[in-house]
Amino acid sequence: MLKPLDASAAPATANGVMTPHFATVTKRVREIPDVVTLEVPSNGVAFQPGQFNMLYAAGVGEVPISMSGDPARQDVFVHTIRDVGAVSRALTEIKRNGVVGVRGPFGTGWPVEQAKGKDVLIVAGGIGLAPLRPVIYALINQREAFGRIALIYGARSPEDLLFPKQLAAWNAIPGFQVEVTVDHATREWRGNVGFVTSLLGEADVDPDETIAMLCGPEIMMQFTAGVLADRGIGADQVYVSMERSMKCALGFCGHCQWGPAFVCRDGPVYSFDKIGPMMAIREL
Amino acid sequence: MKEMADILRQHPFVEGLDDGVVDFIAGCARNVVFQANQMILKQGDSADWFYLIRRGAVALEMYAPGKGPITFLTVRDGEILGSTWLLPPYRWTYDARAIEVTRAIAFDAECLREKCEADHHVGYEMMKRFLPPLIERLQSARMQSLDLYGAQAS
Repeated sequence: MLKPLDASAAPATANGVMTPHFATVTKRVREIPDVVTLEVPSNGVAFQPGQFNMLYAAGVGEVPISMSGDPARQDVFVHTIRDVGAVSRALTEIKRNGVVGVRGPFGTGWPVEQAKGKDVLIVAGGIGLAPLRPVIYALINQREAFGRIALIYGARSPEDLLFPKQLAAWNAIPGFQVEVTVDHATREWRGNVGFVTSLLGEADVDPDETIAMLCGPEIMMQFTAGVLADRGIGADQVYVSMERSMKCALGFCGHCQWGPAFVCRDGPVYSFDKIGPMMAIREL
Repeated sequence: MKEMADILRQHPFVEGLDDGVVDFIAGCARNVVFQANQMILKQGDSADWFYLIRRGAVALEMYAPGKGPITFLTVRDGEILGSTWLLPPYRWTYDARAIEVTRAIAFDAECLREKCEADHHVGYEMMKRFLPPLIERLQSARMQSLDLYGAQAS
């Protein structure tokens, strides 16, 4: 017999716990037609920007979803979810006061400490802006600890841009440059059209003193890392967030094994000099 | 022509180009200004001019029946507008429209083609300057055509 969902139990942690904690959705925002942001209580559990939770839609399944909220807020987990499959669709359909299973946080984070004293270049593609938003909050929260910040964001069309009000607000912060481009647009759009790499030259950062963080489709990250290398930002200065079929999130089940690594445990954030060569191996 | 050559020297397109070559090609150039929303090129028209954008922004568009004009690329300060003037049949393959007031250096394509024929060093320099952005745009177009951010791509 199924137990009733208990939203008051403590959240699961990465200590080997496989049972989700059931949490009540306290806020739900439809960002764009196929993307929804859910907030659930975190019960004081902290997370690092770049980490993810396993979210469980009752009776449907469980998927890894990156944190997309401010890491300084320890009262909630914020998840921005795109409807791309059965589980993610079920998650996006959960209403406010609905219940979602949560395990986590899991995985490695963006290199916030290593970026201190340096310029930071963030390159996001599509839904990839969501996993990068926590690190953007972290940079803003400690603005004086970093040099110039540039965010280059590419989306499919102007209608697919995530967090447009925040993009404008970030661009208004001194030393924080936001450049947005889309793949195609109608005449109402007065901004850039083209691939993200076409805007990398606009980023006002010092290549020698820059940490770059990329999140988006794998081919976009590979291509962007190559262009960054041409511009003097080496693979050891570039970090990417990988996506593989994560199931247990603890490195036990092997679903996300990628060569010698388990993406759920050793990633999802990797230094590009460590995994760039693996990305080139098609058999993996 | 000296004045035009000086203006030309401020554009990244001629970076590293011999002064003599700049003076030579400046004879084919003139200053132009396009108002916001003004059409600059029209698909199918003869490619009689190409442009080096000094300041402004231009949308490259394709007209899709039932959808209207769709922008597939924008070009801005320091970039090149138009490349099909280089090779037969010298026709534009897209529309170009100024998004905002845009100042550019316009080159008479026939004049420059003649100079490239007359002096192959000039022609080679032109090719060296046109190929990198063409390849970059081709790679970008390849990425855009994959619809990487679309739902089915995830």
